[in-house]
Amino acid sequence: MSLRLKKLVRTREFSLLIVLILLSAVIQWRNPHFLTATVIDSILRNYSYTILMTSGMLMVLLVGGIDISVGSTLALSGMTSALLMREGILPNWWMAYLTSLGVGILCGLLVGIVITKGKVLPIIATLGFMYVFRGLTFFISDSQWVGMMQLLEDFRDFSQGTSLGVSNLIWITIVVYIFVFILLKWTKLGRQVYAVGSNIEAATVSGIRTDRIKLFVYAFNGALAGLSGAMFVGFYAGAQNNIAMGLELDIIAACVIGGVSLKGGQGTIPGVLLGALTIAVINRSLSLTGIDPFWQQAIKGAVILAAVMANVLMQRQSVRRTLARREI
Amino acid sequence: MENVIRRRSIDANPPRGLKARIMRWEFALLLLFIGVNVINMNLSPNFLNAHHLFTNINTFLVNGLVALPMAYCLLLGEIDLSVGSTVVLSATLLGIVFNATESMVLGILTALAVGTLCGALNGLILIKFRELSAMIVTLGTMILYRGLAERILGAEATGGMRTVEWFANLFDARIGPVPFFFIFFCVLAGVFWFVMHKTVFGRRMFAIGANTQAARYAGINVERTRFTVFTLTGLMCGVSAVFFTSWMGSVRNNVGEGYELEAIAMCVLGGMSTAGGKGTFPGVIIAIFTLGLLRFGLGLLNVNPQTVRIIIGALLITVVVLQNVQRLFKKKPAPANAS
Repeated sequence: MSLRLKKLVRTREFSLLIVLILLSAVIQWRNPHFLTATVIDSILRNYSYTILMTSGMLMVLLVGGIDISVGSTLALSGMTSALLMREGILPNWWMAYLTSLGVGILCGLLVGIVITKGKVLPIIATLGFMYVFRGLTFFISDSQWVGMMQLLEDFRDFSQGTSLGVSNLIWITIVVYIFVFILLKWTKLGRQVYAVGSNIEAATVSGIRTDRIKLFVYAFNGALAGLSGAMFVGFYAGAQNNIAMGLELDIIAACVIGGVSLKGGQGTIPGVLLGALTIAVINRSLSLTGIDPFWQQAIKGAVILAAVMANVLMQRQSVRRTLARREI
Repeated sequence: MENVIRRRSIDANPPRGLKARIMRWEFALLLLFIGVNVINMNLSPNFLNAHHLFTNINTFLVNGLVALPMAYCLLLGEIDLSVGSTVVLSATLLGIVFNATESMVLGILTALAVGTLCGALNGLILIKFRELSAMIVTLGTMILYRGLAERILGAEATGGMRTVEWFANLFDARIGPVPFFFIFFCVLAGVFWFVMHKTVFGRRMFAIGANTQAARYAGINVERTRFTVFTLTGLMCGVSAVFFTSWMGSVRNNVGEGYELEAIAMCVLGGMSTAGGKGTFPGVIIAIFTLGLLRFGLGLLNVNPQTVRIIIGALLITVVVLQNVQRLFKKKPAPANAS
C-alpha cells in the first residue's frame, strides 16, 4: 500500500495535480467566489471542447505527429452542420452532431492519408490543411455567419442544456475521456499507438501496421474536432467563419503541460486532463483575481515554459536516481 | 560503393551539370515562378506596372525578412514559432521608446535589441534544456512574447512613427522605381546565401541538420551554432519590426500574427526540409517571391482572400508531396548488398 502510494506521488500527474491545486488556491484566496459550483461549471462548459480535443491531440502526439489544423477542422465541421440546419436539411439535433462528426472524420482522414501515403511531415501537412480547411469554411458559407435563429431549436437546447444537473457538453467530454482512457490503457490498438510513438522501427518489425495506426489516430483526432464543431456552434448559438482560430495552440499547450512528449510515446489521459484544466483555469479565472486581463497570455506562456522545463529537470533527476541505484 | 558515399555526403553544394540542375527542385520552382508571372501578366494588364508591383513586393518582403533566418532554423532541423510574436514585441517597444524619447534612432536600437534578446532567450532555453524540442519552447515563447506586447499595449495602439520623415522613407524611398527596401532585402538575402553555402558556419549547419549526433562527435559545437541561429532569428525579427513600423506607422497587439506560418510556408515551398540538413537558399528566395506574387496576382483578379488561402494551402501540400515523388525517381533504392 505504501509502495503504491509512493509510486503515485512520484508520477508526473501527481505533481501536476499539486500545481493545479496551488493555482486554484491562489485564485480562491484572491477571490472567494472561484471555487463555487457556478464558476466551475462555467469553466468546464466553456472549455469542454478544448478539453475534449486535447485527448485527440494526445493520441496524435503519442505517435510522434502533430496536428495544427484542428481549429480549422472545428470551424469547417461546425459551419457545415450549421449551414445544413439553416437550409432545413438536417431534421434534428443528433443528425447535426453526426454531420459535424462526419466532416471531422473526413478532414482527419485526409490529413492522415497525406501524412502516411504522401510522406509529408505532420507539421507541414497540417499547416497546409489549416489554410485549406479555414478557406473552405469561408468558401462554403460565402463569408456569412449563421445566426442563432437559423439553428435548430433542439440543437441549441441540447448543447446548452443539462442532464442530471451537469451540462450535456461536459457529459460528452467525460464519455470521450473514459473511452480514450480505456482505449489507450487496455486495448491492443492503444498499446500499438504507444509502440509506434516510442520506436517506429521496432513497431514495424514486430508487425504493427504503423501507417494504419497513424491514419486511425489522425481520423480520431479529426472526429473529435468535428464533434467539438457541433458543440461550439450549439453552445455559443451561432457559426462564424473565424471561430477557434489559434485553438490548436491552447490544445498543444495543454498536452505539453500535461507531460506529453512531442517526440512521441509519452503521455497519459489523466495528465492531459490536468493540463487542459490548468489551461482552462488560466484562461478563465485570471479576471476573477483582479489581475489585469492583458497579463493572461504572458502568464500562459510563462506557465507552459515553466512546465516543460520542470518536466526536463524531473526527468534528469529520475534518470540520475536510477543510475545511482544501479551502481550499488 | 562510391554511390553510397556520395549519397551520404553533406549536400551543401548541390551537384553541377545541366541534367542535375534541371532535376533540382529550384528549377521546378523557377518554372512555377515564371508561370505565376506569365499568368498574372495575361490576366491583368496592371500587373507589370512597376510602381504597384514594387509597392506590393515591399509588403510581403517585411514577412520575407523573417523567412531568411527561418531557413537556417529549418536547416538545423529546428523550427521557430515565436517570430511573429518577437516582431510585435520589438515593434511595440520601438513605438513606446520613440514616443517617450522622441528619438527614432533609440527606438530602432531598442527594436533590434529586443528582437535579439527574444531570440537569445529561445536559444538559451534550448541549449540549457537539450531534451526539449524547439517547437515546444518557441510555442511557449510565442505566447509569452505576444502576451508581453499585449500587456504593454493593452487595447491601444502606439503610433506616430511615420511623422519622422527619414524613418518613413526606409520603406517608401525609391531609387527610380526600385524601392530602397527591395535592394536592402536583396543584399541581405545575398549575405544569407553566402553564409549558408560558402562558409564553415553554413557547412556546420548542414552537418548538424543532417545528423546532430555525428556533428557533435565530429567536434562541432552544436549548442553554439543553435544559439547563434536562434539569436540571429530574433535579430531579423527586430529588423522586420523596424520595416513594419516604417510601413504602417503604428503598432497594435495583433501585428505579425501568422508571420511564423507564412515564413515556414515560404521556406518549405523553397525546398527546405523541416527534418533538417536539406535545402538551398536560392530556393527559399524564389519561393518568397513566388508566394508573394501569387497572392498579389490573385488579389488583382479579385479572388477573395479565403480562396487564396485554399490555393496556398493546397499548393504547399502538393509541393511537398511532389518533392517526395521526385526523390523516389531520383534515388532508386540500392540493392541490399550493394556495398
